[in-house]
Amino acid sequence: MNAPISRLFALVVVMFAVLVYFTSKSTVFNADALRNNPKNQRTLLAQQKIHRGPIRAADNSALARSVPAPGQTWTRIYPPGALFPHAVGYSFTTFGRAGLERYYNDELTGRRNEFSSILDQLAGRKEVGDQLVTHLVPAAQQVALTDLAGRRGAVIAMDPRTGAVQVMASVPGYNQNLLRDPKTATALNKDPASPLFNRTTQSGYPPGSTFKVVTAIAAIDSGRYTPDSTVNGKSPITISGTPLSNDANEQFGDITLTKALTFSVNTVWAQVAKDLGPRIMNKYMRRLGFFADPPLDYPHDQIRPSGEYIHNGQTLVDAADGAVDIGRMGIGQDKLNVTPLQMAMVASAVANGGVLMKPHLGSKIVDPDGRVRDAVQPEQQSRVMSAKSAHEVGVMMAQVVNEGTGTAAALQGIQVAGKTGTAQIDIQNNITQPWFIAFAPVINPRVAVAVTVERTQGGFGGTVAAPIAKDVMETLLR
Amino acid sequence: MSARNRELLALVPASLLLSAGFAAVFIQRHELVGVQGTNRLTTLSLTYGAIFLGLCLAVHVFLRLRLPYADPYLFPLVATLACFGLVFIYRIDKTLAQDQARWFFVGILAFAATILLLRDYRVLERYRYVIALASLLLLMLPLVPGIGETTNGANLSVRLGSISFQPGEFAKIGIIIFLASYLRDSREMLTTQGTRVLGVNLPPLRQLGPLLVVFGAAMMLLLLIKDLGTSVMFFGGFLAVIYVATNRLVYPAIGLSMFAFGAWFIGRHTAHVQDRIAAWKHPFNDHLYNVVGGSYQLAQSLFAQADGGIFGTGIGQALLKLPSGGTIIPVPQTDLIFAVITNELGLVGACGLLLVYLLFVERGFKTAILARDSFSKLLAAGLTAVFALQVFVIVGGVTKTIPLTGVTLPFVSYGGSSIVANFVLLALLLMISDRSRRPA
Repeated sequence: MNAPISRLFALVVVMFAVLVYFTSKSTVFNADALRNNPKNQRTLLAQQKIHRGPIRAADNSALARSVPAPGQTWTRIYPPGALFPHAVGYSFTTFGRAGLERYYNDELTGRRNEFSSILDQLAGRKEVGDQLVTHLVPAAQQVALTDLAGRRGAVIAMDPRTGAVQVMASVPGYNQNLLRDPKTATALNKDPASPLFNRTTQSGYPPGSTFKVVTAIAAIDSGRYTPDSTVNGKSPITISGTPLSNDANEQFGDITLTKALTFSVNTVWAQVAKDLGPRIMNKYMRRLGFFADPPLDYPHDQIRPSGEYIHNGQTLVDAADGAVDIGRMGIGQDKLNVTPLQMAMVASAVANGGVLMKPHLGSKIVDPDGRVRDAVQPEQQSRVMSAKSAHEVGVMMAQVVNEGTGTAAALQGIQVAGKTGTAQIDIQNNITQPWFIAFAPVINPRVAVAVTVERTQGGFGGTVAAPIAKDVMETLLR
Repeated sequence: MSARNRELLALVPASLLLSAGFAAVFIQRHELVGVQGTNRLTTLSLTYGAIFLGLCLAVHVFLRLRLPYADPYLFPLVATLACFGLVFIYRIDKTLAQDQARWFFVGILAFAATILLLRDYRVLERYRYVIALASLLLLMLPLVPGIGETTNGANLSVRLGSISFQPGEFAKIGIIIFLASYLRDSREMLTTQGTRVLGVNLPPLRQLGPLLVVFGAAMMLLLLIKDLGTSVMFFGGFLAVIYVATNRLVYPAIGLSMFAFGAWFIGRHTAHVQDRIAAWKHPFNDHLYNVVGGSYQLAQSLFAQADGGIFGTGIGQALLKLPSGGTIIPVPQTDLIFAVITNELGLVGACGLLLVYLLFVERGFKTAILARDSFSKLLAAGLTAVFALQVFVIVGGVTKTIPLTGVTLPFVSYGGSSIVANFVLLALLLMISDRSRRPA
């Protein structure tokens, strides 16, 4: 009777192997599908149990923190309401996550490497997330929002020396606390004014004449021009077979590039861009961060790259593409589509002696015991131009504010450098998009800004956007 | 080294496992962090470990005196399983763990009583019909109004006062004893005699008759109380014993085809079975998921295992309670304890546990092979087969290998009758082993 017993044992071995196979299926092979199964509440419940760390402004005020909710869970509140909805984002189990809440989720939930988690467990430490300290300045943000006064638009300000983003205002905004209610959240999500959309990083706008700063950088640093090189500014001229004229068809004779920037002479800069050609323009645009997502510590899908968008804005191409009219691109027209963040980076590179610093919102990660776990170090993104070129372009931009189109941005006692822009959105109805990019002070700059307002009735960069930039810079420099 | 010394040595890992397990639960609960930094970890977990080790040592000494030649690994393997069980039940609910520890004590008493009272287990052969009848009566108990209990559409248990027990656990041993003793007598005839029909040797009905009557009655009763899991165990055990007795595949083949037909027939006509099969096929179906007694249990079991992954979340880390206070996995301490273990120890821990069961089964079959007489062989093989099948039925159900039916995970699940019955099973195996290994 021993043979059948042995065979019986073999059968049991096979049966247990089948059990191991099915256990592997649920623990390994199908695990992801099971974890993501809509009926699986575990992930959601586990998230609610975590005491997320707070997010703080540069002045240490809380921009987001967790408060106890029923059933030993935590929920998120945003003390300043609608102040920093886009930068901070939100974190709700019912609606998901965005902004810094999403980008720094691991840190905020205290998820570190496997080893330190095990040590924490052994030490019986409670699972509390780390806090995120940002560079955001509530006072300056408030000024930006007040100045925008409900008009759709965006204001972004950063420290050109470090890349630290201090203001990130996008209008219309929303109050993050309202997203706790799923119905309100869905309604906001479907709102045609797209309040959840971060206009500083996600909106592609025609940059208008602010782009002439990019052309100027390429012209000066390539050695092909100096601020004193002269170009004839008659109007109109023919670019790519179509006539191009100056604002109000103003006529200029042979004028220097400095003067051409000061008075934003289209025909001069179109000729310069055409002369430089796509290769040089591409080189400098690339160094300034065009054609790629800016390396901001912000979720990838809430950032878009700037550049030429063809096929009805569907395809991103560079200046060498056959569909690009390089002359018009050089004055910020054509199919250019840029984010306010990108234009702030342009001003920032000029301000910082030609070195573009990586923009970042986070400053440091501090653990619940107050120890700094990780400090976000300023990092160079690229050297865009020589210090000499940066100085020369900076002086040209200072002229814009001193005696040109940007005088509205002048500050008492502080020299400001800037460039206006007024993109034509709808010529028949005189709908424009005013822009202003600037930095200050001209010597040892501490702030760079980009301001834009959507669809104004005939507004100019110098009259609509420059005053906002002025107020924001004033607050940050105070 | 003598068998008993090896047993003593093999008990060390089990008690270490227990201490480590309790230590992990305490750490998770932050119970070691006293206000004054008093090290409650060492005292508390070691106390639990020490009590358990004491019990194991008592059993060991008892075995030294009564069954000195018995297999040295069976008891340490059971102790290891018991460790898994105690740690996890403690982790799920402290008070349940105290109950469970008490049941272990009762189980050990039953174990000792079996060995002391039954001096020679072969007397059981003489009472085969009494035992068969008693087993059938046990299975009938849940149907008696007033004491029968209904859970999940099946009435498996009996409540007497404050104690609830599942008679099926004991009946399984009784039925195996009956089968073993009956087949010892008739196995010769079953293998040699019979009428040839269409080239197939059919078994002689006269010999098979009483067997089929008793067994058929047991199956009918199980169907009446809707205990599908136990009926599968019984049927499998029956086929295993008859196969070992005859060494002819035709018997299990006929049995399996009968089972297939029976399953099909019953499946078509019993709503309870249909529900279980539908829940198994489509655990995430909206309707089945939400209906009472539907697939919610199985779905939660799979979610828990997915949460565990390869290495698990660690003891005490799995999510068992909802914020509302309810449990996310229904009855985690009995039917779904394997899911909780996989959640916290991962695939690695689950395989470890299955390996312990497999080693136990291996020792059980080894005992059967070493046994010198047919009754001992059949009894040891039958008990081991039923034990292995029980593991397969519940682990298979929890992992979606087969439809989920409620049987306990031997020595691990919470439940008095399961522990006591399985300790009696262990006693019988050890007695058979001692007898066969005793020097002539």
